[in-house]
Amino acid sequence: MTIEVKNLVKKFGSFKAIDGVDLKVDNGELLALLGPSGSGKTTLLRIIAGLDWPDSGEVSFNGEDALAQGARERHVGFVFQHYALFRHMTVFENVAFGLRVQPRAIRKDEATIRARVKELLDLVQLDWLADRYPSQLSGGQRQRIALARALAIEPRILLLDEPFGALDAKVRKELRRWLRSLHHEINVTSIFVTHDQEEALEVANRVVVMDKGRIEQIGSPDDVYESPATAFVHGFIGESIELPVHIAGGVIRLGDRPLRLAADGLAPGASKLFVRRHDMLVGPPGSGAFEGAVQHVRNFGPVQRAEVALSGGETIEIDAPRDRELRVGDSVGLQPRRYRIFAG
Amino acid sequence: MSAIAARRRTLPGFGLTMGLTLSWLSVIILIPLAGLFLKSLELSPEQFWNILSSRRTLNALRVSFGLAFAAACVNLVMGSIIVWALVRYRFPGRRLFDAIVDVPFALPTAVAGVALTALFAEKGWLGAPLAALGIKVAFTPVGIFVAMIFIGIPFVVRTVQPVLQDLDPEIEEAAGSLGASRWQTIIRVILPSLGPALLTGLALAFARAVGEYGSVIFIAGNLPNVSEIAPLLIVIRLSEFRYADATAIAVVMLVVSFVVIFAVNRLQRWAQSRIPAR
Amino acid sequence: MTMQIADSVSLSTSEAKARAHAAAARDNLRTEPRAVRIVVIALAMIFLTVFVVLPLVVVFAQAFSRGILAYLAALAEPEALSAIKLTLLVAAISVGLNLAFGLVAAWAIAKFEFRGKTFLITLIDLPFSVSPVISGLVFVLLFGAQGYFGGWLRDHDIQILFAVPGIALATTFVTFPFVARALIPLMQEQGTQEEEAAISLGASGLQTFFRVTLPNIKWGVLYGVLLCNARAMGEFGAVSVVSGHIRGETNTMPLLVEILYNEYQFVAAFAIASLLAMLALITLIAKSVLERHLHEGDELRDD
Repeated sequence: MTIEVKNLVKKFGSFKAIDGVDLKVDNGELLALLGPSGSGKTTLLRIIAGLDWPDSGEVSFNGEDALAQGARERHVGFVFQHYALFRHMTVFENVAFGLRVQPRAIRKDEATIRARVKELLDLVQLDWLADRYPSQLSGGQRQRIALARALAIEPRILLLDEPFGALDAKVRKELRRWLRSLHHEINVTSIFVTHDQEEALEVANRVVVMDKGRIEQIGSPDDVYESPATAFVHGFIGESIELPVHIAGGVIRLGDRPLRLAADGLAPGASKLFVRRHDMLVGPPGSGAFEGAVQHVRNFGPVQRAEVALSGGETIEIDAPRDRELRVGDSVGLQPRRYRIFAG
Repeated sequence: MSAIAARRRTLPGFGLTMGLTLSWLSVIILIPLAGLFLKSLELSPEQFWNILSSRRTLNALRVSFGLAFAAACVNLVMGSIIVWALVRYRFPGRRLFDAIVDVPFALPTAVAGVALTALFAEKGWLGAPLAALGIKVAFTPVGIFVAMIFIGIPFVVRTVQPVLQDLDPEIEEAAGSLGASRWQTIIRVILPSLGPALLTGLALAFARAVGEYGSVIFIAGNLPNVSEIAPLLIVIRLSEFRYADATAIAVVMLVVSFVVIFAVNRLQRWAQSRIPAR
Repeated sequence: MTMQIADSVSLSTSEAKARAHAAAARDNLRTEPRAVRIVVIALAMIFLTVFVVLPLVVVFAQAFSRGILAYLAALAEPEALSAIKLTLLVAAISVGLNLAFGLVAAWAIAKFEFRGKTFLITLIDLPFSVSPVISGLVFVLLFGAQGYFGGWLRDHDIQILFAVPGIALATTFVTFPFVARALIPLMQEQGTQEEEAAISLGASGLQTFFRVTLPNIKWGVLYGVLLCNARAMGEFGAVSVVSGHIRGETNTMPLLVEILYNEYQFVAAFAIASLLAMLALITLIAKSVLERHLHEGDELRDD
């Protein structure tokens, strides 16, 4: 199933939750909608599911107008952020629900329903919980039951709203891997919403970065990390050093100091310089584009994180390998291995 | 695009249930109440005024409103003490007393009326000792006052109790650590936090007592101009087929209760706006 | 905070002792001297005993003042039986109507966003703040001989006032908000996620309501019905105005209490009153049981 969204707009009062979004999702993709809270990612997901309606724009599944159908007819599996399990039903009945409410004409007989539910519980590896109630499950178990319930109706599309949002860090990591392999197994076009970049980069095969109701970048996890398209994406994904610079006459200046960095093809004016923390190489004073003094050092496994006061007054944090110990008070020269400059 | 224009809602049934709600509300509540106001419009302002300014009406309104207010004030004080005891202290029978507070809500008013009368009559369990002290309760305005206290007490307790329960213990600790005495903490920190709830409780107890009929008429004595409450006067005028008089008194009482609800709504909105965001 | 500092400073005392001290200090900040506590508790208990417990006790004491046989005889009177029957009938009608209304209104109000919602809830609450006598009066003005529909009713030979329909109408008016008010906050708190999940799984509106919504609010429904029923059976003022006090025909139990009391038949009056008092007590007990169930729901939702 392919999904196509064209020029979508959704307002809540005067607030534009979705502000002109275009998106194409290919058959069998596992797509992440990534962005900070309020970026419109959940609204976009709910519109695709038929739980919200846009003010204008189009949504189509395989070229068919999806907005002409209600949530019931769309055959979309939706996994809610807080799971929305029916708390008065057992796990088994929760998963069976979608099969039991089918119109009588196409409803399966009881034995088929039981077999199907059993199969789904096996798939999510929780068949032993069939008789429990949702309140008796752990967060991770609820998450998987919610997924099994959504899969019961053999959805054409699977949508997950912050699927790991309410779980603790360890369970989160396990479930991520599990979701990826599950997707591989069932191969249903899937979209999940997350505000956690690590999650998006690790699980999805394509990532859509959103901010303020707009799409900032669409690309593979490597693309959005290695070649951020906008200042927002660079700042949001990965830990970045951000410095306000000014470009004039082919020279980049931080404050009034010229930086020994190439300015080819950059538009003149106020800009932002982005460098990944680990891309800032430490050398002796005078060896790089920046000069500074180490103010604070902490060790994080293989790297040491140093706070460096630049000679112009700004303080930045860098991650340096542990091969050369930095000490508080050291004067250092810093040279970005890679950097990006965005106008604005 | 056509589907969007309809601005669909996710869950079904809004139109149907809203339509039924509004229709049934109109039939049972709005049309009958509108009928009362319509009836009152048949009176000229002069007639309206004459009815209200007659000595008996004025006295009935004065008895109802005055005693209801006095009873609500007693309820405010005693209700606060009861809430404090129930929420802050542990003592034997606490849960039982907590449950008992609701009795005036649940006990049919006629039952409360005959019971209070039996209790406070000159030969009653409480009436006899009071009579010995020279205090007559039953069949005097004091009896009305007692019945109104009875009927109003749960309103204050049940409005203030949850607020005191949810009061953040840290604010008291903060006051104490800043050197406030216990009394200062109660007066300057706790009471202001309970303020909106106390006022709401007072207003609700007052509104209920003003309109109360069943529990009052047995103990009241019902002497015109002395111990006759406004609702009883409405009933009397109805039985005399003086519908205009009944309507005029009813309209005045309704307007006052609407003002009270409006004030309570405002109070609650104000109270909510004072809760700091966590 | 101060306590933690004290903990770390006083190394000589054992940790447990320090913690006990801290607990004591914390308590002291939030309570009053023993004498004050005793006075407050005593005042509360005396007040509640005088104004609430004693009236309740008096009802039963009076009802049984001539022994259990006189009590039973009073309840076996045809007048008493017909009043009990009428009370049950009227309560059944008005609880049924208000239950249906409450479910429908709560769905519209709790599950959807629209303008004027607060105002609509205020309108539903109106009967709570209308004097019972006025609740009866409005129906007299509509259906009485001189009322707006009085002439039409007489021409078509339909009896509303001084008959069961009038009593049922007035009772429905005064008990109107109970079920809706019990359900609206509960359903609002539960949100719409489970319903959305059901719809996205292909359930129809009615299937969603009966399979998902109703099981979730069943305790709330019972709670509303319970309070609605208690008020319906005990209503006095409104019913008194519309009933006409026709003996053996339009007397409900509370009205019969009044009549018997005014005729100085105290044992009979208090016998009927004791039935109503028992209804109130049972209602209160059931209410606290239901409240526990409703709170259980809270805990489930929290984790």
